[in-house]
Amino acid sequence: MQRIGVFVCWCGSNIAATVDVAKVVESVKGEPGVCFAQDYQYMCSEAGQQLIINAIHEHKLTGIVVCSCSPRMHEATFRKTAEKAGINPYMVEIANIREHCSWIHKDKDEATEKAVILARAAIAKVNLNAPLQPGESAVTKRALIIGGGIAGIQSALDIADAGYKVDIVERSATIGGKMAQLDKTFPTLDCAACILTPKMVEAAQHPNITLYTYSEVESVKGFVGNFDVKIKKKARFVDENKCTGCAVCTTKCPSRKGGNEFNCNLDNRGAVYIPFAQAVPNVAVIDSTRCLHFKTGKCGLCEKVCSAGAIKFDQQDEIIEEKYGAIVVATGFQISDVTKFDEFQYTKHPDVITSLELERIMNAAGPTKGTLLRMSNKEHPKDIVFVQCVGSRDNTARGKCYCSKICCMYTAKHAMLIREKYPDVNVHVFYIDVRTPGKNFDEFYRRAVEQYNVDYIKGMVGKVYENENGRLTVQAVDLLADRRIMLETDMVVLAAAIEPSSGVKDIASMLTASIDTNNFLTEAHPKLRPVESPTAGVFLSGVCQGPKDIPETVSQAGAAAVKVVGLLAKDKLVTNPCTATPNELMCNGCSSCERVCPYGAIDYVEKEVNDHGKREVRRLARVNSALCQGCGACTVACPSGAMDLKGFSNRQIMAEVDAICK
Amino acid sequence: MSMNQKELSEQIISMVGFNPRQCMKCGKCSATCPALEEMDIHPHHFASMVCEGRINELLESKTLFRCLSCFACVERCPRSVEPAKLIEAVRDCVIRAKGANFLSPDAVPGKLDPELPQQAITAAFRKYGK
Repeated sequence: MQRIGVFVCWCGSNIAATVDVAKVVESVKGEPGVCFAQDYQYMCSEAGQQLIINAIHEHKLTGIVVCSCSPRMHEATFRKTAEKAGINPYMVEIANIREHCSWIHKDKDEATEKAVILARAAIAKVNLNAPLQPGESAVTKRALIIGGGIAGIQSALDIADAGYKVDIVERSATIGGKMAQLDKTFPTLDCAACILTPKMVEAAQHPNITLYTYSEVESVKGFVGNFDVKIKKKARFVDENKCTGCAVCTTKCPSRKGGNEFNCNLDNRGAVYIPFAQAVPNVAVIDSTRCLHFKTGKCGLCEKVCSAGAIKFDQQDEIIEEKYGAIVVATGFQISDVTKFDEFQYTKHPDVITSLELERIMNAAGPTKGTLLRMSNKEHPKDIVFVQCVGSRDNTARGKCYCSKICCMYTAKHAMLIREKYPDVNVHVFYIDVRTPGKNFDEFYRRAVEQYNVDYIKGMVGKVYENENGRLTVQAVDLLADRRIMLETDMVVLAAAIEPSSGVKDIASMLTASIDTNNFLTEAHPKLRPVESPTAGVFLSGVCQGPKDIPETVSQAGAAAVKVVGLLAKDKLVTNPCTATPNELMCNGCSSCERVCPYGAIDYVEKEVNDHGKREVRRLARVNSALCQGCGACTVACPSGAMDLKGFSNRQIMAEVDAICK
Repeated sequence: MSMNQKELSEQIISMVGFNPRQCMKCGKCSATCPALEEMDIHPHHFASMVCEGRINELLESKTLFRCLSCFACVERCPRSVEPAKLIEAVRDCVIRAKGANFLSPDAVPGKLDPELPQQAITAAFRKYGK
């Protein structure tokens, strides 16, 4: 029989305002095994913990129940407290009477009754708890970064500088990501390429960084400190070691009908191409879906003109297997689909463009060599209209319910750049709210209004249509003047919502990392663990976690790197002792558990067993406790009930259910 | 039975079946509206005026009978507020208060036109039927 102490926390008024803590104490005193119960204002405080230690000594307690907040908050705290007082830390159970009770109930009687029930369940479980000893596992001193944009590059550089090996896996042919497509950056208006390309080169040349471009993560197995990852290096059909990046092949390629993704398909590229001049690695790649050689078996012009002999039409995809201790997800974002907003005529009129397309038009390496032109007739525009919040803050099926955060600032940037370069162009911005929190951000926006005379109009645009003059008419309302506006313009720029990159769902499921309803990766704690995924060993960097601008992304990338370095610096990790164990007499070797195990921790052995005097060789499940993460999937899958989880045994769970239903 | 402003406001909200407080005052409804210049109170004011209980002003508004029920605002509202339905609900309040029936079901077959959408008939009952 255990000697159990129950400690009921008020959590200030968080619990005590809704739960009658004194009544909980009185109610649990008669429960089996309970020899002490007390409430206290803040159980997690020094004094509260001392109260627990004293009670353990004084009443010779063998197990404790703390009725408090979620075990995610303070389970570790109270386990340490128990250890200090000399009892096994796994003899501690938490009854969550805050998140599961006081915060979600309004009626005090109901909440108190539920708190008592939760406490009773925890007591029933502790009665069956046994001391557990954690094991140790080794840490592979190498990190994987998924995504080679500014977030991935920065995390990689910081980890590499700390002395650890890092691999970047990037699915496109170059690193650089979305930032490489930008012309200028707010709020300083410096050129994006000028500040990004040195970092790209540094990443490529760093002795601790390996780049896998044109590659994708194929599978991830294992757990924190010991991930086994398969990376698919897609065939470039160009020998990376031989290609000098001279780009002769890219100019000679006759297959030029397909769009150039780097310029948002505003111009075309050859089937063999280098994404942009400063691409890293500066190596050509052949798009086999467009290449005439792959389509017809003829051509081969690139092969003929390549003086380095780098073209390799027979190159195959390659699978690279590597072990990692930590993984950083830095998969970034894409522009959401604006074709659903047909009132803006985006699909019908070439002069209606997205902001990213405008970045390319404004860029010297873009489709117009940096000259602002209407895409319909290549003429200089007189008026240009910006529409904010296209698809952002939109709770219908067409849009995204969140604010994309960066649009107000980049629109102010575009407006100013245009007014600076072309003072004859009138710039109008239709906004709902101008959101500029950030250092020097509001000043930046005000500069657009006050110095550059940008016309900011409050109100969403209703529709855009081509008028009889061959220009565009924007129909809107000036909400502050409460009057209709019909504005004739030459170009309309849509500030489209941003969304997580396609493929992030696959990455998340490979990593067993959770995502929210908008496909952003979820952080372990929204305030206190913002760069960690709830999955141990997986960290988050950049927009994959939520909309953010470049300075924020770089800060978060650095923070994720520190967490990775903190992990890789350890020689051993303490493993969770709550692992699965099969009962050999009940196991029938059916393989159900092996099939559901996400960690590959279960295999089978032929073993002689003594079943009530009958000796025979049977096929039995065996759990590798170093690999087992205690998820419990096998205990549910086992048809004969042979699999049990230490600390969460079937008996313990049933005892909890019984206590709740009593 | 006459209702006070608060009761009318609650009735209108229950008739439309959504929460007008979702409106973020972006003005997309008014920007979209083809009949805006004919209206005294513009569609983007409706949500907040209903919430504030300023129903009498709405009941006397020209807007009620200038709205074409084209539903362009409903189609494009980014907050699922459906301004045309709000206007319709206020209009219904006026018609109910009058207590008269301007459209009887028997009169419908005579008015039918193969080009006429079903929705227009239903809307006509809401506008002109008790």
